[in-house]
Amino acid sequence: MAIDILMPALSPTMESGKLARWCKQPGEKVSAGDILAEIETDKATMEVEAVDEGIMAVHLVDEGTDGVAVNSVIARLAEDGEDIEVIASSASPKQDNAVSGDQTKDNNMSAHALETPEVSAEPAHVVPHQTGQTSKRRKASPLARRLAALHNLELVNIEGSGPGGRIVKRDIDKALAQPKSPVSQATQSPEPVTTAQAGETTKIPLDGMRKTIAARLSEAKREIPHFYLTLDCQLDDLLTARKALNSRMDDAKISVNDFIIKALGLALRDVPEANAQWAGDHIVRLHTSDVAVAVAIEGGLFTPVLRDVQTKGLKEISSEMKYLADLARKRRLTPDQYTGGSTSISNLGMFGIKNFQAVINPPHASILAVGAGEERVVSRGGQITSANMMSVTLSCDHRVVDGALGAELLQAFKHYIENPVALAL
Amino acid sequence: MSEQEFDFLVIGAGPGGYVSAIRAAQLGLKAAIVEKEHYGGICLNWGCIPTKALLRSAEVLELVRHSERYGVKQTTAVADLPAMVKRSRDVAKQLNSGVQHLLKKNKVTTFNGHGKLVGKQLVEVTSEKGVSKIRAKNIVVATGARARILPGMEPDGSRIMSYREAMIGEQIPDHLVVVGTGAIGVEFASFYRSLGAAVTLVEMVDRILPAEDAEIAQMAAKSFTKAGMKIMTGAKVSSVEKVDQGLKVTVQTADGPKVLDASHLLSAVGVVANIEDIGLETLGVKLERGCIQANAHGQTNLSWLYAIGDVTAGPWLAHKASHEGVMVAEHAAGLHPHSLDKSRIPGCTYAHPQVASIGLSEQKAKEEGYEVRVGRFPFMGNGKALALGEAEGLVKTVFDAKTGELLGAHMIGAEVTELIQGFAVAIGLETTEEDLMNIIFPHPTLSEMMHESVLSAYGRAIHI
Repeated sequence: MAIDILMPALSPTMESGKLARWCKQPGEKVSAGDILAEIETDKATMEVEAVDEGIMAVHLVDEGTDGVAVNSVIARLAEDGEDIEVIASSASPKQDNAVSGDQTKDNNMSAHALETPEVSAEPAHVVPHQTGQTSKRRKASPLARRLAALHNLELVNIEGSGPGGRIVKRDIDKALAQPKSPVSQATQSPEPVTTAQAGETTKIPLDGMRKTIAARLSEAKREIPHFYLTLDCQLDDLLTARKALNSRMDDAKISVNDFIIKALGLALRDVPEANAQWAGDHIVRLHTSDVAVAVAIEGGLFTPVLRDVQTKGLKEISSEMKYLADLARKRRLTPDQYTGGSTSISNLGMFGIKNFQAVINPPHASILAVGAGEERVVSRGGQITSANMMSVTLSCDHRVVDGALGAELLQAFKHYIENPVALAL
Repeated sequence: MSEQEFDFLVIGAGPGGYVSAIRAAQLGLKAAIVEKEHYGGICLNWGCIPTKALLRSAEVLELVRHSERYGVKQTTAVADLPAMVKRSRDVAKQLNSGVQHLLKKNKVTTFNGHGKLVGKQLVEVTSEKGVSKIRAKNIVVATGARARILPGMEPDGSRIMSYREAMIGEQIPDHLVVVGTGAIGVEFASFYRSLGAAVTLVEMVDRILPAEDAEIAQMAAKSFTKAGMKIMTGAKVSSVEKVDQGLKVTVQTADGPKVLDASHLLSAVGVVANIEDIGLETLGVKLERGCIQANAHGQTNLSWLYAIGDVTAGPWLAHKASHEGVMVAEHAAGLHPHSLDKSRIPGCTYAHPQVASIGLSEQKAKEEGYEVRVGRFPFMGNGKALALGEAEGLVKTVFDAKTGELLGAHMIGAEVTELIQGFAVAIGLETTEEDLMNIIFPHPTLSEMMHESVLSAYGRAIHI
């Protein structure tokens, strides 16, 4: 029996992904553990490893195909003694019966011809391809396909004027002549209000990460009833403690951010009601302090999650943070490294940002926006003096965290920042 | 006489007109056609078809003449021009009646006579039987074109000819001067040269077959010269003087005037549209450089009046007229046909050797700013060509280097007129080099050269 290779779910939220590259071509031998393909998920580029061994018989999804649904068959392996030709030739009819026609595709179709797949948590129940209703597969001439690829046009957005609605060169020419960006139609976002059309503009196609940022954060800001709590923390003791610690370390240094991670982790432990996620019809209470930290990278950001922060020392947190940030910059984080947790930290202090409000990253219940640590003039017991201060703003999801609870969490956080000795307890 | 009414009326039953009328009838329109002379028009009666019949005779003559090359011994081949002409006329006649049959079968009403527009959606037909009026919602002018006559070269019924006289020649000229080296000129030059006439080609521009790719035209010139023709380019006939035994043709060249002693002269310097005496002036139909001006859907400035084929702008080809005929019938029936893409019209010249082409020549593509990839494959490298004894020729392809679009194909050699359709289909379906490379061409055929030419454009030719 041929072995079906399914589109893996690389994260709990993953519905579809882009098949970025095939690493095994038809005819090549595959051993368990070999990398079969690279998948660009909503967050990262991932490798698909072979579990079985055999010979790659047929790719059912072309390289570069976007929107390949989780669990759809993307390739078949021939087992020992099986004829790959037979498997390859029998592949197409089978694939129509597989999960959903839209989630697989025939080999002749270019990446651009594939529509965004029907989204479903239960692929087995998706309407089959034969109904034709969900199918937006576009007929297009080879030249039109190539021109579309050269100009980054999505064929789904182009009206075909050839026989049977076939997209031909003149349709591409027409689409190119239109000032309106077909990409904006694709995502159905409102047409950008811009006067730039008069001058020269550059169209930037959306990659997986940008699409996810756009979709997730639009949803978050629309759905989540945010409220914001701001507090000032005095940093002097923390800075002293940090200096003392770092003087005992030869190699890596502990950063202020590491303290902040640890402090928030302990605050979550102390205020367990705030250590929670929103899950639609219920709230999920977490029992470990898993803190996500936003890491800006070229072209977007990732939020790797540090687990069990409440039990980890600063040194461990520091080295783990460096490791995860490095993976993030290489876009090599695995889904288990960037999912989960109840809160995030977004620190723009290094840019001198005094204070800001961050958007909650669902399903988190809060996010802490950290401003710059700076020397400020303060009044202490009627005396004007100076202190190192840092403003932080906690954005809370009111469905999970009420005002007083949010304040309690932030109070606990401030306590640890201002009394770093307590971090050692 | 009472007026008859139609949905669709065509004036002129050439390859544009009769095809248009049949297509309109197919679409359920009540269709009629007016023809004053020959069903099938010039093409069937005085053009494409009868010349092909003549050229076939010349080909057979050449074949028999060289039969020993193929291991066949025979006595001397003798050209019988009257018999060739008779055969050619018989073929034309057969097709002419075939067209009438097709019109009848499709229930197209035919009117024999001279049609003239006399008012909005109104045509008057004059025949021996009298005058009748026909009203039609849509009217198509498909009156074609005729040979352009230059002053001093008016056909005289004996020595100075247009294609029409040349087609029914009574004697083989001793020395034929052909003025103009488009398809018509070189086809007759080839024919009469095969029959034994001395032939001189006179062309105004710097090369023969000016519409073709320069490299192909150069190969044609070489081949014609080898066959014994004389070619004068950059040359213009300044006077034709009739003398006792023939003609004194004075030609202005870069080296000064030259006088040719000719027995006959064929004027093949293009065609002029038949726009006279069909009522265009009274209705105010707009003209453009002697042709009827028509928009992308074949409509004139009057929305109910269409114009197709040679009476409009070129190229002057039967298949272009037929295509437009279908287009206007569909437009009149309320369909939405696509306008004609002139870059996708193939052209064929049936000289020996044959020339066929479609799309942009290499030079033209470069002029239009394309970065090109050019493929070439010679007949010499093709097994079937060698088996046929036809080792001279070339298949040339021009691609857009950026997109892989096949911009043009240009061929010279045996049977290339039958091969060009393959590239027409390829261009029509918008294939790229990748698709063409993947197609399996049958062996052994001349068509393999088309494949090899494509491969050669990308440095992948196998047999060269």
